[in-house]
Amino acid sequence: MSVLIYTETEKGVFKKNAFEVASYGAALAEQLGTDCVAVAINPSDASQLQSYGVAKILAIKEAKLDTFNAKAYATAIAQAAKEANAQVVLVSSSADSKFLSPLLAAQLGASFAPNVVALPESTAPFVVKRTAFSNKGFAHTELTGSIKMIGVANNSYGIHKKETSASVTAFSPNLEDRLFATKTTSVDKVSGKATIADADVVVSGGRGLKGPENWGLIEDLANVLGAATACSKPVSDLGWRPHGEHVGQTGKPVATNLYIAIGISGAIQHLAGVSASKVKVVINTDPEAPFFKAADYGIVGDAFTVVPELIEKLKAFKAQNA
Amino acid sequence: MCISNVPDTTSKINFKDNNTAFDTAGVQFVINPNDEFGLTRAMWFKEKQGASVAVVTVGDASVEPTLRKALAIGADEAYRIDAPATDGFFVAQELAALVKEIGFDLVIAGRESIDYNGGMVPGFLASALDYQYVTNCISLEIDGNNATAIREIDGGKETLGTQLPLVIGGQKGLVEESDLRIPNMRGIMMARQKPLHVRPATTSESHTKEISFSKPEAKGAVTMIDPTNIDQLISLLHNEAKVL
Repeated sequence: MSVLIYTETEKGVFKKNAFEVASYGAALAEQLGTDCVAVAINPSDASQLQSYGVAKILAIKEAKLDTFNAKAYATAIAQAAKEANAQVVLVSSSADSKFLSPLLAAQLGASFAPNVVALPESTAPFVVKRTAFSNKGFAHTELTGSIKMIGVANNSYGIHKKETSASVTAFSPNLEDRLFATKTTSVDKVSGKATIADADVVVSGGRGLKGPENWGLIEDLANVLGAATACSKPVSDLGWRPHGEHVGQTGKPVATNLYIAIGISGAIQHLAGVSASKVKVVINTDPEAPFFKAADYGIVGDAFTVVPELIEKLKAFKAQNA
Repeated sequence: MCISNVPDTTSKINFKDNNTAFDTAGVQFVINPNDEFGLTRAMWFKEKQGASVAVVTVGDASVEPTLRKALAIGADEAYRIDAPATDGFFVAQELAALVKEIGFDLVIAGRESIDYNGGMVPGFLASALDYQYVTNCISLEIDGNNATAIREIDGGKETLGTQLPLVIGGQKGLVEESDLRIPNMRGIMMARQKPLHVRPATTSESHTKEISFSKPEAKGAVTMIDPTNIDQLISLLHNEAKVL
């Protein structure tokens, strides 16, 4: 019996969500009176996980898995889950984990709940709280199968340090060639830039910015804060910004610590998509903008005067507190 | 084309029966937005590459207007599996049984429904059928037996080469918002004549059970800050919210 966690790496380095999943896994293992076992694919330093309460690490070293492949990754994790005799399997809510999750659950015959925001409310029956209705509500879902699988929602449980001494064991999954029939041929990703999925801060612009030529303002503010940039649906529909930056019900969900919305009125679909963010700042010229009702801090003012001043003052603040 | 019947994106969400059920009173149901992009892409395959297009959903008779709308947009026929959509596993097994029986070689579903946001049906379906699978798909081209798909990843996108038979989890980007089709009068008239097959469910197994629902806690009041007092905002974010 164990809790098996899939701890994601990118180019060998653990992603932030790996530590959140490990923190959740360690707490759940304690609740169940068992061990938290991690599986990692081509990690450069697997022992990092022992700062988050992991008891054992199955480290896969396999050149065939250098490039993400949902079917092959799901198969490797499923074999690790069987090796660890896992009763519960945890994954993150990254795009890659969401891709492989149903394939993994199918291989394990597991009951699967994604977007889970807290430790189980009870373990017998096994009931978890997950977001539903695009963050307008929560479902309290019982996982009825003997093997349970949980997708931990981004930035929900949080990262909690717990020093342990973990054993690192090499694990070699058996991966047939047929698993690689779907192949990644090219990746288009800006490296070194925070993404909406894992940034602590997201700066988002709406139609109030008047045109794509003014996006430098959003980018400058994002740079000061080490933030990812995002936009409202109309802005992506108008082609001012790429689809990948559209946040909201039909775009990407945002669950960041700080969300700054500039020139976004706050349609219900947008509010749903960003509601899991912890602190929301709204800057808008219209005092009646519905977003102010959902905000923590609001400024009624013109983005073109407020944001440059905010950038300068944040630079001074950062310099002082560095 | 797998269609999910969901509350309109503008819906306010409420629960009833001691928070054990979704309250549908006053809620307008629509084709799941993620499915709409796939449906329009399917119309493109029909018009340019001679595909025939069927739409399928799992649900009781109340979902039929949504299927008729898909027929009015241009699908050739519709299937309704006559059972409540208890969970993602159950829905995928039902869809898989139909796909096997009819022999579809391309199945497009939305990447997730906007009600339960599970995002698991297309992946479970691909697993049950042993088909290739790509989700978060924002571009799809078919050439003979080969397919090229682009999927959104965190912070970018990637291109994948794959083959039919194939299951796609689609989203905005498969077609542009401005290309989405609205049924016209001729389409609506024609849809009335198109076949809508009702099938019984073939299994009853589900893996999860919704015990209850809740709503997010009400938010505290917003603190308004004067636009000439940016220092106050920075101080509040640092000292009160502790996010700086």
